[in-house]
Amino acid sequence: MGDALVMQGRGLVKRFGHVTALDGTDFDLRAGEILAVIGDNGAGKSSLIKVLSGALIPDAGALSLDGERVYFRTPMDARRAGIETVYQDLAVAPAMTIAENLYLGREVRRPGVLGSVFRVLDKARMREEAERHMRALQIGIRTMTQAVETLSGGQRQGVAVARSVAFARHVVIMDEPTAALGVKEGTMVLDLIRRVRERGLSVVLISHNMPHVFEVADRIHVARLGRRAAVLNPRAISMSDTVAVMTGALSPELLPTEVLA
Amino acid sequence: MPSEARTLRERLPAIGTLGPVIALAIASAFFATQHERFLTGANVSLILQQVMVVGTIAIGQTLVILTAGVDLSCGMVMALGGIVMAKVAGTLGLPVPLAIAAGVGVTTCFGLLNGILVTRVKLPPFIVTLGTLNIAFAITQLSSDAQTITDVPPSLVALGNAFTLGGTEVVYGVVVMLAAYLLAAFILRETAAGRHVYAVGNNPEAARLAGIDTARVLLGVYAIAGACYGLAALLAVARTGVGDPNAGQTDNLDAITAVVLGGTSLFGGRGVVWGSLVGALIVGTFRNGLTLMGVSSVYQILITGILVILAVATDQFSRHGGR
Repeated sequence: MGDALVMQGRGLVKRFGHVTALDGTDFDLRAGEILAVIGDNGAGKSSLIKVLSGALIPDAGALSLDGERVYFRTPMDARRAGIETVYQDLAVAPAMTIAENLYLGREVRRPGVLGSVFRVLDKARMREEAERHMRALQIGIRTMTQAVETLSGGQRQGVAVARSVAFARHVVIMDEPTAALGVKEGTMVLDLIRRVRERGLSVVLISHNMPHVFEVADRIHVARLGRRAAVLNPRAISMSDTVAVMTGALSPELLPTEVLA
Repeated sequence: MPSEARTLRERLPAIGTLGPVIALAIASAFFATQHERFLTGANVSLILQQVMVVGTIAIGQTLVILTAGVDLSCGMVMALGGIVMAKVAGTLGLPVPLAIAAGVGVTTCFGLLNGILVTRVKLPPFIVTLGTLNIAFAITQLSSDAQTITDVPPSLVALGNAFTLGGTEVVYGVVVMLAAYLLAAFILRETAAGRHVYAVGNNPEAARLAGIDTARVLLGVYAIAGACYGLAALLAVARTGVGDPNAGQTDNLDAITAVVLGGTSLFGGRGVVWGSLVGALIVGTFRNGLTLMGVSSVYQILITGILVILAVATDQFSRHGGR
């Protein structure tokens, strides 16, 4: 894990009428790290994530990817730039198969005339590729022709993560990936998040679950009142102090420098 | 006993796929025992002829229902398409290809109108198509003075002619319908556009997040459905030999019945287009068999009504029974 920045936000502002969701927040994401983003409701956490994933256009401020300014107008812009988002509500089509879900909206066509003129899908290739991606993430599912609705919550999350990893080149953003899961499945998804990092991708993890955050995060970005209150080192700070910074009970200026990251 | 309920629910989708075929087989076997003429080549050929219009409408209806919508206007739009074809070729005396193009053009525009109202104005499909049903019916009556157009050129009704296959007469229109099913099945199964129809019906939010232009998919589905009704109109004119302003009145519900009997879920995203052909054949078989048995048509309508409720109940139970 180097200190090279993959993504950087400076002075990001987003207002909705009289409400200021982002009040000039900064954001730094390093190469190959898991950065947790935490914050109370209204801290600007979800607005920040939407700006990063192209779902919201900031009113002011700059966003850069690999040192270059980027302007995301739609989520598709962010995806084209290599940023994939795993949504909280498991954006999968339950009646469709794993392979179909993995390639939904990015289907692969047959080579030659069959593909270019008759637009025939290359189902065999999509199945094989899906299997490869699922195996690489050690998601224990045998057949890619299984409908997603036959899977457990954790396995479905696995499909959503595999889809993002298959297409991400820089960043995977995960919005509350363990929120709807039981203890065992939650642990499985945490392992999955680590494996995404092992593949050289940077992960932005939004979570309310402090034990999960402390288990996998390399650094913790604390959002508060539309700004970045602090970036903390989970190996040097306690969970209760982190929550105190998040709620404003503890001023970040009072923290010793070794807990900052 | 949650485990028992679950295994039952798991078994049902399989029945959903095979069920229509089994139902058709049982119905056919029953009518074969009731009347010796039922299973003859001539009678099977007749059933196919009787089914070809509703079967073709059902292709368009399947596409719409797969997106979790419904098209109540299908039969009336088909009738309007038939009147346009008969009028352009017969009354105006213009070339037949032009007449067919005009008819299919009008029905496709109606489909497009449904699609625009559903996607852009964001009205529920049920209400939109209930409105266009009445609009299409009124235009049909006004443009034909509520009169049947009888002076249609022979080439417009050529698809009503038959060729013999193994001693049995097969109407060309039936072949056209089967070709249309083949094409629809290919698009739905083998192309991205087809998969997107399923995705939009199954989980529109997931489809949108996957970068699919859901409004464009819906617009395309309603327009293609309109084109299917145009093709059905051509087959209806060919079958009856006239432009009939009162055509399609029972086809509206028959087509929806065929799709639902064929196992396509009214909740969208699940089903196969071949099922709708089987569904149309079930409706056609009941009509034909009960007629042979001398049962009055009122009872036929009664039985169709019971069939569709049974099919919807199966759908409801198998998809949502556990929740």
